[in-house]
Amino acid sequence: MYFPISDTTINPVYLICLGFIIGILGGFFGVGGSFLAGPSLFVAGLPMNFAVGTDLLHIVGKSIVAARKHGILGNIDMKLACLMVVGTIAGSEAGVQAIEALKKIARVDLVVGGVAIVILSGMSVFVFLESWQAMKLKGSTKPLSKQTSQEKDRRAFKFMSKWTQSFKWWQVSLPHSGVKAISVWAILLVSFVGGVCSGFLGGGAGYIRMPFMVYLLGIPTHIAIGTDLFEVVVSASYGSFRHAMNGNVDILIALIMQTGAAVGAQIGAVLTQYFNGPRIRMAFAPLPLIGALMVVYGLLTGHHLK
Amino acid sequence: MKVNWKIFACEMVIYAVLVFTYFWFVLHYFAGSLEDMFHHNRMKFAVTCLLLMIGQAVGLEIISSLLFKLLPWKKK
Repeated sequence: MYFPISDTTINPVYLICLGFIIGILGGFFGVGGSFLAGPSLFVAGLPMNFAVGTDLLHIVGKSIVAARKHGILGNIDMKLACLMVVGTIAGSEAGVQAIEALKKIARVDLVVGGVAIVILSGMSVFVFLESWQAMKLKGSTKPLSKQTSQEKDRRAFKFMSKWTQSFKWWQVSLPHSGVKAISVWAILLVSFVGGVCSGFLGGGAGYIRMPFMVYLLGIPTHIAIGTDLFEVVVSASYGSFRHAMNGNVDILIALIMQTGAAVGAQIGAVLTQYFNGPRIRMAFAPLPLIGALMVVYGLLTGHHLK
Repeated sequence: MKVNWKIFACEMVIYAVLVFTYFWFVLHYFAGSLEDMFHHNRMKFAVTCLLLMIGQAVGLEIISSLLFKLLPWKKK
């Protein structure tokens, strides 16, 4: 099928299937899926600038579907999401500006690539070890459907979130997430760092923000997924608007991908009900590693997959 | 988890027909004007892109939710 805006011919079935797979990942893990969608569009023949912008616009649609489903399941903490949006957008701009500054003084590809490989690989190993430990802990004996978010979510390394929650400056409570008191600055700082990673490394960086919310803020995994998706709707809308203004979006491709994603995102969101927090995190562990491998590929071959 | 795959397949066929009809409508009536907007009015194009995506997401979510309600998801 010919797409006149990007002057490309791509099979629409490929786009629908790609959207479906990304939709399942997004609904289940709360990630945008740009680490997979961008390269897959590029491989299909879409120029890289269009692949990045179109992917981001499709993420908006997919995240609306998944966030609505998670909202119905009670997995969105609106208070937390609103606070995080502020930090994410500010961090995203800072990340983009940091890239521009690095372009003038250093080999930006090597610096960004090196940072990305260290962060992503470290996160993958950490999530794997933590979820492995957490799965060994004794959990609630109640059936999974009757457990609260906190009961579903055994965590091995609680000292990190306890340390973050010990900051006393300008505290708020997050009753929906079961957090009695946490500093607004801690939330803003965590979302800002997530935003910087998004602007610096590309994509929505959900594979960084979701573990940050779980380990640093102490948010239950299911609520972290839903809240991250809500936040992605806002931040990806902002990003895709900017890309569309720069002529990097083929709306027809994004619309076709979204039809597959609409079904996939629902399946992914429904599936979270059948898994407890540690199991979801264990399944999540390879995702940052895939991102790291793509960066390695980019550095070795000179082709950027994100 | 047990899924009735026959019902799931039927629902996917219904969904595919709806999506195909929708695409025929969009590509037939809007592809030309969207391309024109892309080349001549980027601001209008950017706003239309977001509105179309949000509209489609909400519309398809309602349709697929209705289909999913009919699908019997059963836990082991």
